[in-house]
Amino acid sequence: MVKTSAAVVPALLVSGLMGVLFGVGGYTFHYARGASYLSDDPRACVNCHIMRDVYDGWQKGPHHAVAVCNDCHAPHTLLAKVLVKAENGFRHSQKFTFQSFHEPIRIRPKNARVLQDNCLRCHGEFLIAIAPHGTVPGDDVNCVRCHAGVGHGPTR
Amino acid sequence: MLERKGVYVATALLVAAVTVAVLLLMQNIATRKAEGEQVVFRIVDLDETTIDPAQWGKNFPRQYDGYRRTVDVERTRHGGSEAFQRLDADPRWRVLFRGYPFGVDYREERGHAYMLSDQDMTERVREFRQPGACLQCHSSVVPTYRDAGRKAGVPDGQPFEQLMKGFEAVCAMPYADARKLVSYPVACVDCHDPGSMHLRVTRPGFLIGIRDLARSETPAPHLPSVERWRRGSRASEYDPNTMASRQEMRSFVCGQCHVEYYFRGPGKLLTYPWSHGIRAEQIEAYYDEAGFKDWTHPDTGAPVLKAQHPEFEMWSQGIHARSGVACADCHMPYMREGAIKISDHHVRSPLLNVSRACLSCHPYPEAEMRSRAEAIQDRTQALLVRAEEATLALIGEIQKARQAGSSEEELKAARDLHRKAEWRLDFVAAENSMGFHAPQEAARILAEAIDYARQGEVAALRAARLPPVAPPSR
Repeated sequence: MVKTSAAVVPALLVSGLMGVLFGVGGYTFHYARGASYLSDDPRACVNCHIMRDVYDGWQKGPHHAVAVCNDCHAPHTLLAKVLVKAENGFRHSQKFTFQSFHEPIRIRPKNARVLQDNCLRCHGEFLIAIAPHGTVPGDDVNCVRCHAGVGHGPTR
Repeated sequence: MLERKGVYVATALLVAAVTVAVLLLMQNIATRKAEGEQVVFRIVDLDETTIDPAQWGKNFPRQYDGYRRTVDVERTRHGGSEAFQRLDADPRWRVLFRGYPFGVDYREERGHAYMLSDQDMTERVREFRQPGACLQCHSSVVPTYRDAGRKAGVPDGQPFEQLMKGFEAVCAMPYADARKLVSYPVACVDCHDPGSMHLRVTRPGFLIGIRDLARSETPAPHLPSVERWRRGSRASEYDPNTMASRQEMRSFVCGQCHVEYYFRGPGKLLTYPWSHGIRAEQIEAYYDEAGFKDWTHPDTGAPVLKAQHPEFEMWSQGIHARSGVACADCHMPYMREGAIKISDHHVRSPLLNVSRACLSCHPYPEAEMRSRAEAIQDRTQALLVRAEEATLALIGEIQKARQAGSSEEELKAARDLHRKAEWRLDFVAAENSMGFHAPQEAARILAEAIDYARQGEVAALRAARLPPVAPPSR
């Protein structure tokens, strides 16, 4: 009996501490609007202010009626989408928290490929005549090189 | 048992550490969120009479920090903000400006912070009589104009008339007397409305100049509000403060001072010669019509012009203006502190800030953008030196013709060409971008300068009745 109660106290203590951690963590997640990142709502992208310019531009850009951020910036198969969002989400939070990133911000080649694939996802059929093989690996001539304003619109 | 205790303690410590980290993260998020709100703490009440930038700085510390950095002295390849003597760097200008204050002292201008104190120091002001008109752009002078207008009898109910009356009065004063009325270089109140912080233009010279420009025929595709006014009823005069877009204002506030100007008539009224347009030859046409000259060149007797710093005019002819890029986009680019976005009030050469100034539109490496800009400047400078040499050659030929006893009548053609050549040469030389603001326009103007100078040489040879060099046979 004595033996059992002696084991219960530390166990209660640990579970209590874990509870505090989950509480604090959960509240932080809520406070940081963590759940919004699981959605496709473009407002989630301006949670951290850096995206304010491109968000404002997108609202004035030609694509705002047909595409939100994730339509162009995330893949459209479930696993790939989750992986890309998780990887970028981690990098974004880390860099924004420690304020360590290049300015002006630049898309990484990996994400540029996701973007290009999404251009073709909608416009591919139309573009079959001029881009019959999709994008050429290593070729930096992609759609937004010329059509720079379609997504983010005028930035100034 | 002891082992088990150790595990519990370690777990507790670990959980505590993770909890601390999570709390730190939350605090960080809270800070960024608060910054994102962009709250301005109103510590000081600002109004039209608050000139001291330090007072504004209490409400807007980030912008003020940048503003204060305009004391920095830094060289770029073709300019910068170090007050080197340009007459020593390129002694040709001693001859080109002979007989004019700039031939005595032509130092490179430093940052905004020095505009008033450097004017006190320059020999152009110490050794020559200058009018109070200079202060429109070397000081925060608008409240002084209002006071002077009030003293001249214009009541507070007519703010524009009062400003103009005071402007006229201060322009006509001797510099030393007017100087006592001002104490600050360009300050916050010159470009910002103290209540709303909206951009505004306050300089009377610009308000009148831009009206004249709007009424002129010259195309202004880079100034949509001017074009709109032209198409409209023109019931009232063009007024930038009520008609221009915010993006246009981000150039107009700079164009208040970074322009070509002259002091009109005995009242020394500061005037922007824009009623025929703002290209070099349109401004020249204005001066020709007004019969204006800055001085008579002692070597040639030509009635020559001094170009001031026609940045606004040159920018107007360039591709950046045409694409809707304002002065502030490159000279005061947006910057970020935490989650706060502000425009950099450390106004300076974009070449000292390539990353923010160029890269937000041009997605290329910094070194690439710098070398593009410097290639334009190097080419302009090469052409500029040729234009200087050509103009010096013309001055030499006119001198010879005078010594050979040519009459005033005979010299007239060559002198007129000296005026034309030197005006164009100086228009590019005095403009602070070494051609970058409008590369092709700068090259065009210099090509004309060289052409007029060489034509002038022929005219001078003719005047001296010397046989011109025979053209090569074909």
